[in-house]
Amino acid sequence: MNKPVDTPKKKFHTSPLKLNLRTKTILIIVLTASMLVAIVINSLFIDVSTITTNFSSINLPPSFEHLFGTDWMGRDMFTRTLKGLGLSIMIGALASIISTVVAVILGLSSGMNKYLDSFVSWLVDLFSSIPHLLLIILISISLGGGVIGVIVGVGVSHWTTLTRVIRAEIKQINTSEYVHLSKNFGKSKWWIAKKHILPLILTQVVLGVILVFPHAIMHEASVTFLGFGLSPHEPAIGIILSESMKYLATGVWWLAFFPGVSLLIIVLLFDLVGDNLQKILDPTNAHE
Amino acid sequence: MIESENMKNKNMKSENLESRNITVTEKSEESKELLSVSNISISFLQYTKGLRKNLLKVISDLTLSVSSGEIVAILGSSGSGKSLLAHAILGILPNNADLTGEMTFEGKELDQKFKEKLRGKEIALIPQSVNFLDPLMKVADQVIGETVDEEDKKAKKAHQREVFEKYGLDEKVDDLYPFQLSGGMARRVLVSTALLQNPKLVIADEPTPGLDDVAIQETLNNIKQMAAEDRGVLLITHDINAALKVADKIAIFYSGYVIEIANVEDFTDDGENLIHPYTRALYKALPQNGFNLYKGHQPFHGELPEGCVYSDRCDQNTDSCMKINPDLREIEGKKVRCHRGHRKYSR
Amino acid sequence: MELKGKNINFKYGFSKKWILKDLNISLKSGEIKGLIGDSGSGKSTLSKILSGYMEEKKFKGDITIDGLKPLKSGFNPVQLIFQHPEQTMNPKWKMKDILYESWDVTEDLIEEFGIQKSWLNRWPNELSGGELQRFAVLRALSPNTQFLIADEMTTMLDAVTQVQIWDLTIKITKQRNMGMLIVSHDKDLIDTICDDIVYLNDINNV
Repeated sequence: MNKPVDTPKKKFHTSPLKLNLRTKTILIIVLTASMLVAIVINSLFIDVSTITTNFSSINLPPSFEHLFGTDWMGRDMFTRTLKGLGLSIMIGALASIISTVVAVILGLSSGMNKYLDSFVSWLVDLFSSIPHLLLIILISISLGGGVIGVIVGVGVSHWTTLTRVIRAEIKQINTSEYVHLSKNFGKSKWWIAKKHILPLILTQVVLGVILVFPHAIMHEASVTFLGFGLSPHEPAIGIILSESMKYLATGVWWLAFFPGVSLLIIVLLFDLVGDNLQKILDPTNAHE
Repeated sequence: MIESENMKNKNMKSENLESRNITVTEKSEESKELLSVSNISISFLQYTKGLRKNLLKVISDLTLSVSSGEIVAILGSSGSGKSLLAHAILGILPNNADLTGEMTFEGKELDQKFKEKLRGKEIALIPQSVNFLDPLMKVADQVIGETVDEEDKKAKKAHQREVFEKYGLDEKVDDLYPFQLSGGMARRVLVSTALLQNPKLVIADEPTPGLDDVAIQETLNNIKQMAAEDRGVLLITHDINAALKVADKIAIFYSGYVIEIANVEDFTDDGENLIHPYTRALYKALPQNGFNLYKGHQPFHGELPEGCVYSDRCDQNTDSCMKINPDLREIEGKKVRCHRGHRKYSR
Repeated sequence: MELKGKNINFKYGFSKKWILKDLNISLKSGEIKGLIGDSGSGKSTLSKILSGYMEEKKFKGDITIDGLKPLKSGFNPVQLIFQHPEQTMNPKWKMKDILYESWDVTEDLIEEFGIQKSWLNRWPNELSGGELQRFAVLRALSPNTQFLIADEMTTMLDAVTQVQIWDLTIKITKQRNMGMLIVSHDKDLIDTICDDIVYLNDINNV
C-alpha cells in the first residue's frame, strides 16, 4: 500500500548535456535559417562568368569536381543550382512579404467597420476562387513577365489564407473585455489597434510570412517552368528544370534530379522553420 | 451486460439505502476508506527566462482521504491549482506535469492504468461548466455515448432516462443542445451524467460559481444525496459557504499546502476550535462572522518563505516557524500544519 | 453628482423576453449602494449599460450624469470592475503596462494595495485572481473616475482577500466622495458594506 504509485511518467532532464525540447527547437530553427541565408549569400557572390560554357566537359555525370554534373554546354550544375536557389529564395521572400503586408492591411481594416469587413471577405472569396497558378500567370504576363511580374503575381495571390486568419483573430480580440475597457479608459481606436491588437496578431503574421514562403517558391518555379515567368537567361530553378526536360530522354538524369531535389529540400527546410517557430510562439504548448 | 449489472447494483444500493435510513447514526462505522492520497506533490516544468527550465511545485505534500458516504471539501482560492488534484486522481494531468506520492483506491494502488480503468466508472467527475459538453450534440446522445447495437442503445437510453428522471429532467431535455440549458438544468445534466455509471467516488470541481441561490442549494442537495447513497464526494471549491453547508471535512489549501483538515463542526461561534491561524482568519473574514481584515497575500509557488508558508503573515511566530515548515500532524481527530497547534496539544 | 439610469429596457436580439424593463436606478456621489439579484436576472447587463459598455442602439433608455449624457470618447467617469479580472487584461501585456494603461498610479497607492514590486514585471497568467483583482480595482480608481460599479467583484476570491479589497476600495471611494454600486448575489456581504440596498426584482418591471 505504501509503494509509490505514480512514478513520474517522464524523467525531466536537468543535466546540461541533454537538450530540452525548447533548446532543440531553437537549434533547429537557427540551423535551418542559417542554411537558407548561406545559400542566398553564396549565390550572390557567384560570378556569372564562372558558369561559362566549356565544351570540353559537356554532359559529365556527377563527380567530385562537378558535384551535380555538367550540362550540354559544359556548365557546372552545382553553381547553376545554387544561383537558382538563391534567386528563388529572394523572389519567395519578396512575394511573401508583399502578401503579408496585404493581409495585415486588409485584416486590420476589416476590424474597423462592418462595410469594410464584408468588402474584405468578398475580396478573399474572389481571389481564393481563382486557381493560384492561373492567377499568377495572368498577372505575370500582364506585367510583362520577368522578375517583377513573378513577384507581384505570387505576392498578390497568396494573401487570402493569412487575411482570413488575421480577420478572425481581430474579431475575437475586438470583443474581448480588455479592448472594451481600453475604450472606457478613453483610448482611441488607433491606439487600441497599435497597442492591443497588433502584438496579439504578430505571432500569426510572422508565421504567415514563413509558411507562405514554400508556396511562393514552388509557384515561382512552376510558372517559370511553364514558360510564363522568368526569362530564359535568368539562372532560375524553373528554367533549369524546363531546359533539362529536353535531355532527360538521352539519359542525362542529373540535370533535372539535383536541382529538383534541392528545390524540394529548400521547401522542406522552410516548413521545418515554420513548424518549429509555431511550437515556440504558440502559448498553448509553450511549456512542453 | 455491464448495464444490467449496474442496474442490479443500483437496486441493491437503493435497498441498502432504505435500510440505512433507519440507522443513519451508524454511518461512520460502516463507511470504508475509498480514496487515500498521501504526500502527493505536483510540479510543472516551466521555461523561465529563455531556455532555462524550472520545476514549479503547485501542490506540495498533500495528504487526504475520502471514505464512502463522506464529503471532503478542498477549499482554496481560484487559480491556486487545487483542480490539479482532481486531474491527478483521474490521471489526466498535462504532459509537463510531474506527480509524486502515493494514491490508493479501496486499498489498491492507483496507477495510471488503474486510473484509466476507474475513470468515468468508479470515479466520476462533475466538471465546472456545460462547456465540457459537446455543443453540437444533443444532451441525451452524448450522455449515452457509444453503443454497440440497437439493443444496447435501448438499454442505455432507458438507464439514462431513469437517472435523468431522478434529477427532474424530463424527456424534453433529452433533445436539447447544451446551449439551450439554463444554469440549474445544466448542472443537473452534469450531475446525472456523472452518476450514470454509479460511481463510488464523485469529484465535483467548482460546482457552484455563477449560480443563483436556488441553483446552488440544489447542487449542494445533490451532493448531499450522493453521500447519502454511500458515495464518497471530493468537493473542490473556493466557496467557503458552500463547503460549510455540505462537507464533513474541509481541507484548507494555502500556497500549495493543505494547512488544516478541519471538521465542519469546528467552524462555529468565534472559530476557537480552528487551530491554524489562516483557517481562523478565513472564517472570521466572512461577512457574517465579522468581516475582519487580515493583511498579506499568499506567497507564490516558487517564492515560498523558508519555514512555515504562513510565517510572513502569522502573528504568533516562533523561531521554529521561521525555519521549519511544519508537517501535517493529527491533533484531536483533525490534521494541522502548524507548530503552535502542535505545541499547544503536546504541552 | 448623480448617475441616473432612466427607463432602461433591454432584450437580446430578436428574443421576445425582456431582460430589463422600465428600470430606473440612481447613484449619488458618496453613496455606497448594493444591488442584489440572482444570476441571469440581468444585473451584469445593467452594470454594462450604466458604465457605457453596451452600445447605445442595443438598449433603450437614458444614462445621464447630472442630467448630461456621458461623452462617447475620452475617459468614462463611470468605471466597471468585472468578476473575472483575467478576462479584462491583455495576456501579452505585463502587469505594469496593464496598471498604467488607465492613469499614472501613485507609488503609495500601489503599496497600500499590497501590490509587490515584483508583480509589476509578471504576466497576467502568473498571478492569482486575488492579485489580479487588486490591479483591476486600482486602475479603475483614476482621479477622473466618479462612479464605480463592482459586478460580483470578489465572488471568485477567498474571504480574506475579499475583505482586503473591499476595505481599500471603500476607503478610497469615501476619501474621494465617489459613488459605488456593488452588484452581488451575496446578501451577507451587501448587508455588511452597503449603506443602501436595492433588489433588482423590485426595480425591474419584467
